[in-house]
Amino acid sequence: MSTLEKHSYDVIVIGAGGAGLRAAIEAREQGLSVAILCKSLFGKAHTVMAEGGIAASMGNVNSKDCWQVHFADSLRGGKFLNNPRMVELHAKEAADRVWELETYGALFDRTKDGKISQRNFGGHEYPRLAHVGDRTGLELIRTFQQKIVSLQQDDFAEFGDHEARLKVFAEMTVTELVKDGDAIAGAFGYYRETGAFVLFEAPAVILATGGIGKSFKVTSNSWEYTGDGHALALRAGANLINMEFVQFHPTGMIWPPSVKGILVTESVRGDGGILTNSEGKRFMFDYVPDVFIDQYAKTEAEGDRWYEDQENNKRPPELLPRDEVARAINSEVKAGRGSPHGGVFLDVSTRLSPEVIKRKLPSMYTQFLELADVDITATPFEVGPTCHYVMGGVEVDADTEETCVPGLFACGEVSGGMHGANRLGGNSLSDLLVFGMRAGTGAAEYVRGLGDKRPAASEADLEAAGKAALAPFHADAQARTGTTAAPENPYTVHTDLQQVMSDLVGIIRRESELTEALDKLQVLRVRADDAAVEGHRQFNPGWHLALDLRNMLDVSECLAKSALERHESRGGHTREDYPTMDPNWRGVNLVCRLIPGTDTMELIHRPVPTIRPDLLALFDRHELEKYLTAPELAVLDSPQSPSSVEGEQA
Amino acid sequence: MSHQAEFKVWRGDSDGGDLKDYTVEVNDGEVLLDVIHRLQATQAPDLGVRWNCKAGKCGSCSAEVNGKPSLMCMTRMNTFDPNETVSVTPLRAFPVIRDLVTDVSFNYEKARQIPAFSPPEGVGPGEYRMQQVDVERSQEFRKCIECFLCQDVCHVVRDHDDNKQAFAGPRFLIRAAELDMHPLDSRTDRAVFARDEQGIGLCNITKCCTEVCPEHIKITDNAIIPMKERVVDKKYDPLVWLGSKIGIRHD
Ligand SMILES: Cc1cc2nc3c(=O)[nH]c(=O)nc-3n(C[C@H](O)[C@H](O)[C@H](O)COP(=O)(O)OP(=O)(O)OC[C@H]3O[C@@H](n4cnc5c(N)ncnc54)[C@H](O)[C@@H]3O)c2cc1C
Ligand code: SF4
Ligand code: SF4
Ligand code: FES
Repeated sequence: MSTLEKHSYDVIVIGAGGAGLRAAIEAREQGLSVAILCKSLFGKAHTVMAEGGIAASMGNVNSKDCWQVHFADSLRGGKFLNNPRMVELHAKEAADRVWELETYGALFDRTKDGKISQRNFGGHEYPRLAHVGDRTGLELIRTFQQKIVSLQQDDFAEFGDHEARLKVFAEMTVTELVKDGDAIAGAFGYYRETGAFVLFEAPAVILATGGIGKSFKVTSNSWEYTGDGHALALRAGANLINMEFVQFHPTGMIWPPSVKGILVTESVRGDGGILTNSEGKRFMFDYVPDVFIDQYAKTEAEGDRWYEDQENNKRPPELLPRDEVARAINSEVKAGRGSPHGGVFLDVSTRLSPEVIKRKLPSMYTQFLELADVDITATPFEVGPTCHYVMGGVEVDADTEETCVPGLFACGEVSGGMHGANRLGGNSLSDLLVFGMRAGTGAAEYVRGLGDKRPAASEADLEAAGKAALAPFHADAQARTGTTAAPENPYTVHTDLQQVMSDLVGIIRRESELTEALDKLQVLRVRADDAAVEGHRQFNPGWHLALDLRNMLDVSECLAKSALERHESRGGHTREDYPTMDPNWRGVNLVCRLIPGTDTMELIHRPVPTIRPDLLALFDRHELEKYLTAPELAVLDSPQSPSSVEGEQA
Repeated sequence: MSHQAEFKVWRGDSDGGDLKDYTVEVNDGEVLLDVIHRLQATQAPDLGVRWNCKAGKCGSCSAEVNGKPSLMCMTRMNTFDPNETVSVTPLRAFPVIRDLVTDVSFNYEKARQIPAFSPPEGVGPGEYRMQQVDVERSQEFRKCIECFLCQDVCHVVRDHDDNKQAFAGPRFLIRAAELDMHPLDSRTDRAVFARDEQGIGLCNITKCCTEVCPEHIKITDNAIIPMKERVVDKKYDPLVWLGSKIGIRHD
């Protein structure tokens, strides 16, 4: 590959969503040269779609809020499976990261005294989400985009070149990470526009590629969410943890079919929307699980009063964490109490006036009016669960975001651990900010530590990466099978994969179905290898999808394997055959990795990092009993409880 | 309910191309992007098209539908007569890369020319105080999803490539206005910049940009006209600028 286009940087950031951009800004501000690579145009990453807000305990609306409460809410939301150090850093640093955005030019909605306004969201004890109407993600992306422009303007002033130290390569897909021995040496990819290959040489690579939702049929995620970063990390020797935990957001649009899966922001409930079944009943009151019984209203009257007076009332159960609400909707529909198109009803028109709805939820209002002919200011509308977010991801060190592969970092949705078994709404955008910045710092320190040593990719690896990327043009099912079988179409294989994942690895799981899914995934792998593409390399979506399929299959296999292994129900993993939460599983992370030197996946059990006593002390003993095992509680009760290992991370 | 409908879709690349006829199934409730995806999955796997959110939030799926700049994901199929042949062509103001995908780098260059937000001296992170009424005016412009439909429709550049050097286009005139109206931006030369560097004078207020904006931003009335006025006023009346910062309305 002597003609291969090559670029050298200190740090390569794969992904231009909130996490990638924050990481790039940090590394550049620390003086390193940085390239940002992304599959879409700059400014279109998935983060742009985020609606509700960024969780940070600034205490602008309720001054009682503080990092400790945010910590406790997030751990509770994650069913105590989170990496506690990540949750701590997140809760402590989120507010500073949000305030920093204002210095870049962000314009959040304001409180009466001119501070950043904060709204209620599921699982958050106080109004905590900084927001701009229901287009918070757009504000975040645009703010970072503009900050990057400003850094480029500084570089232009200094070097006469905007792109001297920070350059965005948009519409560029990375297909493989390359290594030098154990350490990262760069990333290999192609320009979507021309199909030409490129090598980015760098001692540090930050993965910020987002999620995996495109493996499911009904999803709020875009075509970009094919789990590329998860798969790249896995193939490079990193670990994936908690892959069985997938968040199905309770409220996606369900009608007409063309919009099925598109998100209806949780702000609709945060701002007062109620859920009812076909009998007009507010069914969520029947679904408050034991672990949350003390935190939620028991009657509609109390729930209603909470919107006015949060000191003396408890919140309505519509604001339970997402896994609870999604399961409840699923049960109502199964019991025959669903809406005409197989969901339930959501209604904000009873509590808010049309003017307020249009001001607070403008994009929801237009989305329904323009795509479904429904006026949400006047009538209830149908909603149902949609695949939204993956809690599982690349295992990282909590402080630096480095993986077990030297030089490889991960942040944002592609990383795992922060959200445990279930993520609270708003905690993703804050996660991007906090850990994006930390990954930028982590990578900068790593590169400085290397001195003049630069890893180099081997010619053989580059040949192999190029060959793998071109394979779909040479796929020949007939030659392989010796039959006259028609060539596979990548779009059909993709649709079939989505069907398998939705039917067999969806919201409610069973052993027999998970085993069946794993068998079917093997068949799909062979079909994906046979998927042939037409045309040439210039902007060819069929080819792009054929390459993405490999990543989706890797990730789907991890997911199904982990889901089969975990014999309990917790957060975003519900097993019909093991319906309850089991404290013995609370301390177990399932780690998925390739057996070194092979493409065979293996699952290992790894203890969840210990929660420090001072952090455990934030919970009632009564509450901890629901999560911890008897021996764990005994340690807690012993007078000289050994101070558990501080800063221990997986 | 579904029916077969006729489409003319532009296929080609920078060397040229033409409209190709396709017959594609259309179902109730669908948008044009659904049809384009079906076309891709069943008849034209290499059809180049951009999209992301499918909900009018990312501004990726811009194209010209029967000649009108539109978001394909927000174009309902029931707005056409079932017997009508719908044409789908790439944005005309930008060079074609392939099929419906155009080279929009012009916009990123223009974005880079605007001096960035300039934070107020002596106000630390966490100390920013602004009233909702004062941020709302800039917030209107920050709703922009960068679909570049306004850039495409604006006659100043649509058929006059040579104007692209001098004219930033409506999308970036609202960016200048947004910064000008930002309560805490410390620069005072945004309007002058719009005149001298962005060519605001070339705009003759046809309002075509406002008409195509999917975010319903009142580009002309709320950004361009006030900025034009400010260019004139500013030399004589510093109070106008002050008004723009603290939210005094002049109308
Ligand atoms: C509709 C919707 C609403 C949401 N609302 C909220 C909310 O209100 N609050 C909240 O906290 N969270 C919300 N979320 C979740 C949150 O938006 C996402 O989890 C978060 O934005 C992910 O950010 P990221 O930076 O990790 O990745 P993304 O923003 O998804 O960016 C991923 C980037 O990686 C690039 N990439 C991927 N693969 C490759 C490859 N192979 N080569 C090169 N580049 C690649 C992509 O092009 C993209 O630029 C919402 C999600 C959705 C879908
Ligand atoms: S109003 Fe001005 S900017 Fe808008 S389309 Fe007309 S000439 Fe162009
Ligand atoms: S101003 Fe409107 S039309 Fe122009 S780019 Fe922004 S959203 Fe699109
Ligand atoms: S796909 Fe995002 S605006 Fe159409």
